Amino acid sequence: MLQRVVRSTIIDAPIERVWAVLRDFNSHDRWHPAIEASHIEGGERSDQVGCVRSFTLKDGNHIREQLLTLSDRDHRSTYCIVEATVPLQRYVATVTLKPVTDGQRTFWHWESTFATPPGREAELRDMVAQGVYEAGFDALRKHLRQGEDLRPDGGEPMPTALPVPSRRVVLHRYGGAEELVAEDAQAPAPREGEVRIRQRAIGVNFIDVYLRRGWIPQMLPVASNQPGVPGMEAAGTVLDAGPGAGGLLPGDRVAYLGPVPGAYCSVRCVPSDWVVRLPPAVDDEVAAALLLKGLTADYLLRDLGRVGPGTRLLVHAAAGGVGLLLCSWAKRLGATVVGTVSSEPKARLAREHGCDQVIVTRDYRFADAVQRACGGADVVVDGLGMAAREENVAALARCGHWISLGQASGPLPPIDPDTLLAKSLSFSRPVVFDYVASPAALAQRAQRVWAALAEGAIRVPPIERFSLDAAAQAHDRLESRERVGALVLIA
Amino acid sequence: MVQVYASSVIDASADNVWSRIRDFNGLPLWHPAIADSRIENGQPADRIGCIRHFHLRDGGAIRERLLALSDYDYSCSYEILESPLGVEHYVATLKLTPVTDGGRCFAEWSAEFECAPGREQELSETIGAGVFQGGFDALKRHFGGR
Repeated sequence: MLQRVVRSTIIDAPIERVWAVLRDFNSHDRWHPAIEASHIEGGERSDQVGCVRSFTLKDGNHIREQLLTLSDRDHRSTYCIVEATVPLQRYVATVTLKPVTDGQRTFWHWESTFATPPGREAELRDMVAQGVYEAGFDALRKHLRQGEDLRPDGGEPMPTALPVPSRRVVLHRYGGAEELVAEDAQAPAPREGEVRIRQRAIGVNFIDVYLRRGWIPQMLPVASNQPGVPGMEAAGTVLDAGPGAGGLLPGDRVAYLGPVPGAYCSVRCVPSDWVVRLPPAVDDEVAAALLLKGLTADYLLRDLGRVGPGTRLLVHAAAGGVGLLLCSWAKRLGATVVGTVSSEPKARLAREHGCDQVIVTRDYRFADAVQRACGGADVVVDGLGMAAREENVAALARCGHWISLGQASGPLPPIDPDTLLAKSLSFSRPVVFDYVASPAALAQRAQRVWAALAEGAIRVPPIERFSLDAAAQAHDRLESRERVGALVLIA
Repeated sequence: MVQVYASSVIDASADNVWSRIRDFNGLPLWHPAIADSRIENGQPADRIGCIRHFHLRDGGAIRERLLALSDYDYSCSYEILESPLGVEHYVATLKLTPVTDGGRCFAEWSAEFECAPGREQELSETIGAGVFQGGFDALKRHFGGR
């Protein structure tokens, strides 16, 4: 006959903290007084269903137990004995935690069924109930009270609701690339509506440079005692999710972009509203290289530029991250694409991506060439700013649309409305975040970008990789005019 | 589907607490928000399918049908048939679990329902804090809980 043992208690700690210990199938030699030493066989993770813990008891016995189920949602794990020097047969145990919602407490239920040799039922029931379960309750209570669970043990980091170590790149004052400094930090547990992401690739964008230079201080305030972390987008894997985090689960492959900087780090909590799931075909580096730039190309071409068959589109920095996407996508939409670049190798790359006419210029002179090539541009996507403003106006056709996306040569001064009046021009100064302000809009645009990639309307630009610690070099590279394609930091 | 969950620890054995709450017609005896209750059609209060018709102290009338009752699991489930709350497909379960360590029990009260968009938060508050926690607080007062 099967024996059944049930023991339960209330622990004066929040469920997240109790579960963080109990979900680790190999934690028991750190808190349970009966366990001498334990390890997971085959070097597997201790939260891997199917893993086997092999441990010795202080009384000399040896037991191997296998993890059968583990649910972070139900705070439940099941395990069985596969081999033991104690005569517990067909032993299957379940640990279940439940929150006590009217206090920061946890209900802990531990039960098992097993068979024993005849005549030893009561002795073994007592051993399990008192020697294992009740002794465990008291020991874990003490372990938590002394904060032992919060002490780093040098083991592999567990995906739990505790702060986890992170590496980040900070800015103590605005300035050149050398102001970017890498340091160790902690990524706190995700709050309500947030997910914590183990980032693998971080997109580097010109807005990061503007933030670093202090051109948008309201977006990234920096003080010596409160350093700022730049970066608007990254891709990686969900470590854990706070309550109400839009159905994202640990292990989901995701990318995000958001209007609050802070992406230059290895682990980050972000609102789940910023996050999109990644299709299997899009790896982390491609996602980090493409997400912000692809979404930018999408709203520029579809919403602002209304680019279609016959549209004459002028793209500056046509061999840059956004530039290459604009060239190939606009070409696919039937536009005539004219690009400017600063060198012959860049011109070749832009042509390969669908740019019909490439103007090589290092001094921001291009208006005459544009007028000759297509009779004036209907839409200009301008990342140049200050130094090119008069040329842009001159390059536009009647009723043309000047879209100021960036200011690589310096901030634009205020525009005199009469400048626009001369040819009935429009002027736009968009920022991508307003075009992905709702999760639905973000998901829809991201879907279009992945679809365009899958069908070849856009291609993955050449990607240059830098380690997170080398963010300063990545910025140097982005600001040099030698570079083509997209830059990502690898965390 | 909106889910509400409340739980508490009551300083009395599951048997004792259960004897106070198992009567499907007994809400007015222990829950402070309930003014009166009767079982429709003179059925016994522990017959599955029986309907309790009760009034809140603020006057609202509610009809609920007993869906499951287990003295073995200390568990009771019911659904709302009519109420002024504005909830649809409301099913709730009240359950006790003995805490073997000390003569206490762990009480859980949960519900699932649908409602008009935008009312989820307000209804979760009313049901979770008002109805469920209100009931737990009354039980804790009665049994001298912490």
